Parts: sequence; structure tokens; C-alpha cells
Amino acid sequence: MLAKRIIPCLDIKDGRVVKGINFVNIRDAGDPVDQARVYNDEGADELVFLDISATAFGHETVVHVVREVANQIHIPLTVGGGIRSVEDMRKILLAGADKISINSAAVLNPEIIKQGAAMFGSQCIVLAVDARRIQTQESKDSKWEVFINGGRKPTGIDVLDWIKQAVDLGAGEILLTSMDRDGTLSGYDLELNQAVSELVNVPLIASGGAGSMQHFADVLSIGADAALAASLFHDGQMKIRELKLYLANQNLPIRMV
Amino acid sequence: MMSKQSIPILLIDAGTGNLHSVFHTLRTISDQIVISDKPEDVFKADRIILPGVGAFSGFMQGLLNRNLVDAIDNFVKKGNPLLGICVGMQAFFDFSEENGKHAGLGILPGTVKLFQNMPDLKIPHTGWNQLWFHEEVLLLQNINPGNYVYFNHSYYCVPENPDDIAATTDYGIDFCSIVQRENVYGVQFHPEKSQKVGIQVLSNFVNSGRKS
Repeated sequence: MLAKRIIPCLDIKDGRVVKGINFVNIRDAGDPVDQARVYNDEGADELVFLDISATAFGHETVVHVVREVANQIHIPLTVGGGIRSVEDMRKILLAGADKISINSAAVLNPEIIKQGAAMFGSQCIVLAVDARRIQTQESKDSKWEVFINGGRKPTGIDVLDWIKQAVDLGAGEILLTSMDRDGTLSGYDLELNQAVSELVNVPLIASGGAGSMQHFADVLSIGADAALAASLFHDGQMKIRELKLYLANQNLPIRMV
Repeated sequence: MMSKQSIPILLIDAGTGNLHSVFHTLRTISDQIVISDKPEDVFKADRIILPGVGAFSGFMQGLLNRNLVDAIDNFVKKGNPLLGICVGMQAFFDFSEENGKHAGLGILPGTVKLFQNMPDLKIPHTGWNQLWFHEEVLLLQNINPGNYVYFNHSYYCVPENPDDIAATTDYGIDFCSIVQRENVYGVQFHPEKSQKVGIQVLSNFVNSGRKS
């Protein structure tokens, strides 16, 4: 049976691991290769690298980081941040990444999804979406808006519409971050994740809000195929091995190592 | 037994994707690996690994453009060991239904099909899933039924001859995750991304006895 995945995310700036709370207040948390090795040994099912460098030079360093990690660690790597073209994708894939995650570039130019999928296959193209809940008075249905540029820029685009379109264009997986929950430790946005899981037939990685082991169990039980967290794992507040044991005991399909 | 020019392990570059991960994982097992896209190197190889990513047709085109199809065919007919990974395994069969109908190498009889749309079954099949088998063939030495390996694919192989199926994996159906006929081996998963279990599979292939 296909196992539910636990995915630590490493936010990388200029080649170093950092973590922001609510997309601001960045602080340094170490060497990505060392951190990747720790996660690998703890039983992480996959690693996500999110490059939040602001400069071209900063982005260049990620290629080096990916190569180093891929050389030493034998688990799947997904890399996103700053990818603007199929050429950028190729660079990262040739460095040893397995999947590419695209966010702002796809919103600005949806064709990049199609081009990437045609070139490397849908299984390689992860659509990352930063979603913020919209308060609506007239409708009882929940709505979420797509934000780009690291969560700084609203787009007016509806999250569910966008995800549907992106999957039709060839996105093979969705990495869905709830901006409302990110950094709050109050749990994943279950309603959002369930809505996306029911909407499209590609794997879904839930992100934003994990604070307890129960939060992981909750989101993995309502349709998410993988659950991602960053600071929770970095800070050592939660050990991946203990989390996976907990989830296995809740009868979720989990790969124990 | 080996000529001076022989290549112990040849990793074939079809030009479509990343060989880096496979190469570095193999390096933990052996330091006698050569990456090449030249048919003359195929003739010198003792064993060949054919990793494949991306679309089936692009991968086959990459082999054709480099005149590797006949070279690989001859290599196999001589009884030399060949291991295909992911699309590299799919390429062994007669044809694939990915984006139309595309001919494969035809080394093994069978086809490559898209996973059926079923409720609760997402496509692509992405993540860690289990290997099930009754008989411990060469690739499965020191591996237990139920061990997890990493998959990332939308299409799967349907060998015509059930005896060619060495292991299956459950994803809505029990599909063929390891194929073997004599000296031809294929794995649908990514051993280079499957930690210890994957390294064991590669090591079983690399360290297997000489061709019979």
C-alpha cells in the first residue's frame, strides 16, 4: 500500500537553511547538507528545498546545495523557489532534484507548467500554491486567494480555480500552503486540503500549521497524501521517527525505517 | 576474462534526464562505472544500467538518435545483464500508450499502460510503496516482502508473460514493479532514491555472478 509521506521542508537563503514565521523574521538554522542528512536518518520520506534567495547569486548557490545533498542522500528531493523557465528546471534536475516546484512563475505564465510537463513529465512538476482564506459575507462557501512572491502579493485568483487549471496543464502534484496557518502551530487547514483533494486527482502535500502529531494524522486522514513541516522539525520540537510511529499506531500507512 | 578495454558497469545516457543520482548511488557500491551515450561503449560493457525519466517517446527517441537501440539489443542477445530503471524498464516492452502509441525496444513482450482513474487513486503514483513477491530472484536477495521503495510514475508495465513478473506492488491493481527474464531486469521504482532497500537492489545487480 502506498505510504503517507512526511516531508521536512528546508527554506534555503543564499545556501543556508532559514525559517520564517508568517513569511517574515528569517533566522539562520544551519547547513542544508547536514540538516538533510539528519532528516534522512530520522526517516523522512522526501525533502523539499524552498529557495528564498533574493538574488541571482543566491539562486545559483541552490544548484550547488542540491548537488551536494543528492550526492550524499538517497531520498527524493523536491526543489522550488526562483524557478522562472524550463531551463531553470533543467539545471535543478540535472543537479539531482527529482521534482521541481513552481509557484509565482506558473501564475504569471501558466504555459511553463505545460512546457515543464512535456519536457520532464507531469510526475516532475509540483505546483506550489500559497493560499489565504477570504472572508465572504454573501456566501457560506469558503474561498481562498492565491498569493505570489513569497506570500507578499495577492493575485485575486481563486485557489481552487487555479489548481484545477494547473492540473489540466500538466501539474503532477500540489504543494498547498495555508498562509493563515503557517507558523501558528494550530493545525493544517483541513477544509482547504479536503477541498483540493476532492477537486483534483493528483497527489497533495499539505503545508502550514502543523503543531502536534494529531495535526498530521488529521490532514493525512482527509485526503492529503503527504504532510510537510519546517520549523517543527528544525527546532527538534518533533522527531520524525516518533511522529511516524504515532501515525502508524493510528493505522495510517507509514513507512517505518 | 575481461579484456583491457571492458567497462564493468555502463550507465547509459539517453540525453533526457538526470543520471547524477543513479551514478552517485552506484558509486557507494562500485567505483567501476562509466557514463556514456556511445554504441561502441555498449559493446565493451559487462553490464548495463539504463535509467529513464520523462516521457517514453522522448526517451526512445534519445536512444534512437544515439544509435543505441541495436547496440542494446545485441548486448542482451549475447546474454549480458541489463537493468532498466523506471522509463528504462518500460522501454523493454513492445509499446507504450503514453501520448499515443510508441514502439519500445521489444526485448520483452508486453505493453505500458496508464493507471486507470479510480476513486482514491491519484495519478501519478508518487511515494513509497511495497514490493510483494514469492520467489527471491536475484534482484530481491536480502529484501523482504513488504519493503518500501520510492515510485514516481503514471504508466506501468504489463508483461505478456506472467513468468516475467518478479515482484508486484499494490496501487489499485497489483502491477509489475520488478520484471525479470533471464539476463534482463527492470524496476519501476527508483532504487537510487530508495535508501537502503534501493542500494541493496542495485548491489544485487552489480555484484551478481557473470552471465550464464
